[in-house]
Amino acid sequence: MTLLEVKNLQTSFFTDAGEVKAVNDVSFSLDRGKVLGIVGESGSGKSVTAYSIMQILAGTGKIVGGSIKLDGEELVGAGEKKMKTVRGNRISIIFQDPMTSLNPTYTIGRQLTEAIMLHTDRDRKQAYDRAVEMLRLVNINEPEKRMKQYPFEHSGGMRQRVMIAMALACEPDILIADEPTTALDVTIQAQILELMGSLQKELGMAIIMITHDLGVVAQMCDEVIVMYAGSVCERGTADEIFYNPRHEYTKGLMRSIPTADTAGTKLHPITGTPIDLLNMPKGCPFAPRCDNAMKICINHCAEPERINENHISSCWMNVKSEIESGELVLEEEGGEENG
Amino acid sequence: MADNKPIIEVKNLKEYFNINTGLFRSKPLKAVDDISFSINKGETLGLVGESGCGKTTVGRTILHLYNPTAGEIFYDGKLIKSKADIREFRKKATMVFQDPYSSLNPRMTVSDIIGEPLDVHKLCSSKKERQERILELMDYVGLNSEHAARYAHEFSGGQRQRIGIARALAVNPDFIVCDEPVSALDVSIQAQVINMFDELQEKLGLTYLFIAHDLLVVRHISDRIAVMYLGHMVELASAGEIYDHPLHPYSKSLLSAVPVPDPKAARANKRIVLSGDIPSPLNAPSGCPFRTRCAYACDRCAESMPEFKEVSPGHFVACHRADEING
Repeated sequence: MTLLEVKNLQTSFFTDAGEVKAVNDVSFSLDRGKVLGIVGESGSGKSVTAYSIMQILAGTGKIVGGSIKLDGEELVGAGEKKMKTVRGNRISIIFQDPMTSLNPTYTIGRQLTEAIMLHTDRDRKQAYDRAVEMLRLVNINEPEKRMKQYPFEHSGGMRQRVMIAMALACEPDILIADEPTTALDVTIQAQILELMGSLQKELGMAIIMITHDLGVVAQMCDEVIVMYAGSVCERGTADEIFYNPRHEYTKGLMRSIPTADTAGTKLHPITGTPIDLLNMPKGCPFAPRCDNAMKICINHCAEPERINENHISSCWMNVKSEIESGELVLEEEGGEENG
Repeated sequence: MADNKPIIEVKNLKEYFNINTGLFRSKPLKAVDDISFSINKGETLGLVGESGCGKTTVGRTILHLYNPTAGEIFYDGKLIKSKADIREFRKKATMVFQDPYSSLNPRMTVSDIIGEPLDVHKLCSSKKERQERILELMDYVGLNSEHAARYAHEFSGGQRQRIGIARALAVNPDFIVCDEPVSALDVSIQAQVINMFDELQEKLGLTYLFIAHDLLVVRHISDRIAVMYLGHMVELASAGEIYDHPLHPYSKSLLSAVPVPDPKAARANKRIVLSGDIPSPLNAPSGCPFRTRCAYACDRCAESMPEFKEVSPGHFVACHRADEING
């Protein structure tokens, strides 16, 4: 059953230098109990997509189009009052940096109980008990003692656990994790991913996992969205994206990761530099860096095309291969090639 | 490509920092504790470990950016000791830093940044020679020579890292300490920079100490890999050997914790998830530093520090029970 449906979402930042289209026509849906990964490099719009869902965009950012439906209910334009009942209760978010997401001047216990009291009818005593219960759930030893401590007394992994405990305290339907393990060491990252995986199964929530690390995606996600310069390149099940990538950007990304087999050989990087969002090309945003870019790529964006039941991709190369294999026959004036 | 003559030899290196723990009280923080290794000419030695394990300190101490507390560092068989030695040594050994944003002076143009080492070591006799050398260096790292008069903020992260590398190459070094040179970069740009390190090594016969926490990157670029934990070196072997047959329990869990970009392998992978956090180096455990998180720890591990010994040719490990565990 569809829990969250995002359709043609457009979010822009209005800066002195002009409008920056950070999210451009992004659509996806998320089912109950599924893990969706959003991957992309810095500036691809993956975090802004998440912030748009929560409507916690910074000052100049604004949702300029599209719709976000939670359980069929429209959130875009629903107003701050409505959003306050959604944030924390229905959708929670954890951020990349557990060092700066907690207030250094309050104890862990105070921050947790405050959050719980704000979102539920519990009184201070009940909220305290719930906080201890949550800390125990995220595998923190001696939770009563930890409640009295300040964030600086906790390590990075511990702080991220506290953040997860806080985010899950009201049993949200969706947890958005914005690069939850990027600031952590590998062995601690393994602990946190393991914890998120087991909590997801235990509580049956859906997770939106935002990351640049394809390894994390492979380990955690059922479905994957690949983003570049604010647009969705392709989306599909994890197996489809990893074993059958159908967008030139995804293919390039997969080729640039060093693996055990690449030792002693040259990597195949994507050439060029990341795109300037203020100077977006007319056609496919990836065309300037794409080795296989054709004339049409420079002038026209490819429409999302269904590759199979589990896979949608927006790349002219798919059209090209279909024409070559004879699956697609162009009409006389169709003349896309001349466009 | 690597011949077997060590260019850098480190013997029993120790680096302690004094940390104030109260008024008139201080305690040594053993950032690097008794480490010995050597790097052969033309080789890349990867140095991996988690934050706080002392890998960056090793790199900096080798270049004498920190004064070693104890131990000896040899370059080309010659002990580096006096100030004059260090000055000479720095013409042959340079460093590329992690953060391409804070390691370049925002008030200097690219040509001044790259030219600074030339000025410091008085390597160019005329202005014209200096300028030619700068343009040659920019060409090496794939920067457009027309951009020589620009400032660092006008470049993207990947290009800034190229500027940092050109600066490191300016003195014509034999040996470069690369301290997490690609961790601040996006995957697609990271691959470009890694390839450049490879090409420069082939072209100029460089030797690298490549410090990183990304094990996939280290595996790709290194000939040999050393694993550090809490100031100690726990394992050292060829890159293939350490990935296929890790002997130390820490190396094993570190390697199994790396998320592989392959869903089927990820599902099949049995991760060894370590419990607990890395202890503070101020309160390091007695004996083996890893024993508090090790599944195989026994009484002996608490009593004495295991010796760093060669168990098979070129494969060193510091674990009391390495034979039993892997037997």
